[in-house]
Amino acid sequence: MSRVLVGVKRVIDYAVKVRVKPDHSGVVTDGVKHSMNPFCEIAVEEAVKLKEKKLFKEVVAVSCGPAQATETIRTALAMGCDRGIHVEVTGKDYESLGPLQVSKIFAALAKKEEASLVILGKQAIDDDCNQTGQMTAALLDWPQGTFASEVEIEGDKVKVVREIDGGLETIKINMPAVVTADLRLNTPRYATLPNIMKAKKKKIANMKPADLGVDIVSRLEVLRVDEPPTRLAGVKVETVDDLVAKLKESGTI
Amino acid sequence: MLLGKVRLTPALCTALRITPSFPGTQIGAAVAHNVRLNASQAAEAVLDKQVIGSTTSTKASTAKKAQSMESQSFAVNMFKGQINPSQVFPFPSVLNEEQTQFLQELVPPISKFFEEVNDPMKNDSLEKVEDSTMEGLKEMGAFGLQVPTDLGGVGLTNTQYARLVEIVGKHDLGVGITLGAHQSIGFKGILLFGNSAQKEKYLPKLASGETLAAFCLTEPSSGSDAASIRTTATLSPCGKHYLLNGGKIWISNGGLAEIFTVFAKMPIKDEKTGEMKDKITAFIVERSFGGVTHGPPEQKMGIKASNTAEVYFDNVPVPVENVLGEVGGGFKVAMSILNNGRFGMAAALSGTMKGVISQAVDHAANRVQFGSKIHTYGVIQEKLARMAMLQYVTESMAYMISGNMDSGSKDYHIEAAISKIFASEAAWEVADECIQVMGGMGFMKGSGVERVMRDLRIFRIFEGTNDILRLFVALNGFQDAGKHLKSLQKAMKNPLGNAGLLAGEVTKRVRRRAGLSTGLTLQGSIHPELSYSGDLAVNAIEHFGVTIENMLFKHGKNILHEQFVLKRVADSAIDLYAMIVVLSRASRSLSQGHASAQHEKILCETWCVEANDRIMKNVRDLKSNSTTQIFKNIKAISAAMVENGGTVSPHPLGF
Repeated sequence: MSRVLVGVKRVIDYAVKVRVKPDHSGVVTDGVKHSMNPFCEIAVEEAVKLKEKKLFKEVVAVSCGPAQATETIRTALAMGCDRGIHVEVTGKDYESLGPLQVSKIFAALAKKEEASLVILGKQAIDDDCNQTGQMTAALLDWPQGTFASEVEIEGDKVKVVREIDGGLETIKINMPAVVTADLRLNTPRYATLPNIMKAKKKKIANMKPADLGVDIVSRLEVLRVDEPPTRLAGVKVETVDDLVAKLKESGTI
Repeated sequence: MLLGKVRLTPALCTALRITPSFPGTQIGAAVAHNVRLNASQAAEAVLDKQVIGSTTSTKASTAKKAQSMESQSFAVNMFKGQINPSQVFPFPSVLNEEQTQFLQELVPPISKFFEEVNDPMKNDSLEKVEDSTMEGLKEMGAFGLQVPTDLGGVGLTNTQYARLVEIVGKHDLGVGITLGAHQSIGFKGILLFGNSAQKEKYLPKLASGETLAAFCLTEPSSGSDAASIRTTATLSPCGKHYLLNGGKIWISNGGLAEIFTVFAKMPIKDEKTGEMKDKITAFIVERSFGGVTHGPPEQKMGIKASNTAEVYFDNVPVPVENVLGEVGGGFKVAMSILNNGRFGMAAALSGTMKGVISQAVDHAANRVQFGSKIHTYGVIQEKLARMAMLQYVTESMAYMISGNMDSGSKDYHIEAAISKIFASEAAWEVADECIQVMGGMGFMKGSGVERVMRDLRIFRIFEGTNDILRLFVALNGFQDAGKHLKSLQKAMKNPLGNAGLLAGEVTKRVRRRAGLSTGLTLQGSIHPELSYSGDLAVNAIEHFGVTIENMLFKHGKNILHEQFVLKRVADSAIDLYAMIVVLSRASRSLSQGHASAQHEKILCETWCVEANDRIMKNVRDLKSNSTTQIFKNIKAISAAMVENGGTVSPHPLGF
């Protein structure tokens, strides 16, 4: 029981107003501020906390993407991860990189690194897929504890409190396992300037999906990306009767 | 901070660099009354102070003189009507790839901290920085930004520091002053002048924020006139320590600090005359030495979150090894610290302006009156555009100067003073107009702009009031221009050996008098699309140079006391330097094809046209008899008011 693998995805910053490309092939990413997916930050925080409690010896941050993904890994290192792995995916491959491809990479890395726990964010705020954790567990045939709001290590088992519709579910699963972080799991720490400096000395390994024997060809094709429809102007009504009449007219009541 | 000021004496011109401190003789008094000085006399007059100071160390002084004769500073040269582009064109780019990457990693967490953790309104109402925020800032490393990494700091260059301070300035100037009083002045002396033992002893704890620092210069009777301090240091009979006695006021972090940079005077034997004379020495004082106490936090208009208090020294024993810099060299230490930190204010305030500008724009873009968004109205457009220009100039100055400092320039004192004056006045104007754009909404506490406005007010007062700094800018410029004339005068004595130099100068003057260009040009330095603005800048420099020379001929040494003239000269110098920095920055954006290049071009062009008009008005005014009359009127009005204890005329109703 010694190693945690944690996934960190580089996404468009949550505060940026996302714009669709004129040709509707995707969203504009050039010159747009990017940062670590907030759920990945929570995953990193949890992994680092577990290490600080001396339950694990090493935390490895992994990101799949172009060269800039190393910036996201550096942030994870500044937050306390020990080393990074950058799986370089660029160009067309990066554009079509989805949960299945990433989960194949994570499954391969989990075996290669002999990880006993993989912690991922429950979803990324760009595509909102919410699939990578589940697929990784399936590919590895490991137990999974998704939407975690509490994680406790008990010997070679993990107790996970899961956020489910209308309440909480507590499960206990065997390690090695895959856990995905929900919003309330913890409050991620800030990368401090001294830790950013220390992180400069930490190592980031670079590899390609092929080095892991992973096929990242996607079977999905994006046909079109559109802005959400703009809200149309409403109408003012004089009286309650008018309102009721209008609602009936529109078939709402 | 409500702190160190610049002393208005002849020494003001020299203290920072050139000569050994020059005795406080009254140069002006030595000049014959109302004698019309010819050119060479005028030059000599201004130069005499150089000679006075340099009798003992002729060699050193000659070397220094030579060095300052070849000043690379743009500001120094513009006073001579010359253009030295080396420091200003192209716009400095001093960060290497690694430094840029490191800085890019530092910006997001600092921004995030100020957006999510720090609460400026709460700090303002508590009149202190919240404890949790203080702890967060310490962990963040914000207290040791420029301390070398091997001593526990982040080891930032001035440019990197400026970028982070800009974020602080955008969010909370109260926190900014807490941090600035600590590292920009509180322990800057140890960084600049400390020996290795002092650095190793104090910097690690200061960098982590375990101990806070404060800068103790100002006293009740010594504000702008910093050389008049009364706090004394007396060497103990055993010779192992000094006893410090005195009181300092308006000390930022005074109630929180453990480490103080304290300025005190003591009699020191003048090696030339053998006379004992009071001279200032800087000391590193620990609160734990005993005898250090402080008053309650001051109630202030703004920067309430920052602690300001009186600090008293009652027979405080300070070990001799805690002298900072040289015994008797304290005035230079104080001035260097302040000079070194000024670019940081310009950087912080450019951030402040950015913050309030986005509030004004947001309001203007959404508020509907008379059926239209108010940004469609000319009066609002003019306000927004002027705000943008002021911010653009300030930001350009901050990074121009930090870049110059990072490339090793020691000759940036005029530029640094200009940036402090410009930034503090621009930020005040921008915040004021932001409130105006927002109307009643801006006046409400909830908008947060009224706090920014209160916080900003002190920036025109502390670290050298803008009034004193204007004199500083003008007098330093006059001094260098005077030296230039002096060298011409020398050349006159050996016209054959200096024929080339003289021919050039003669031609220059003849052409000027004939209204022709003297051949000064910015072509090649600026982007061709900005050539009209460049011509305006050249025109302004030529007229400015002539004005400086004329003022030297007219007033001679008495220029020291001609504050009406000095103020106008300083205003023009500020406008001129501002033109140059935006010309440089907009040129770079055009050359590099930035998306915003055309926008920057019109910012630059608009600025240059208006700045040139202001400079030309000052140039005309300084020549005109009616202005001389106005100066006389102003003197008379002021004198009558002082006589009457207020306004003079009776009430229009007679009672």
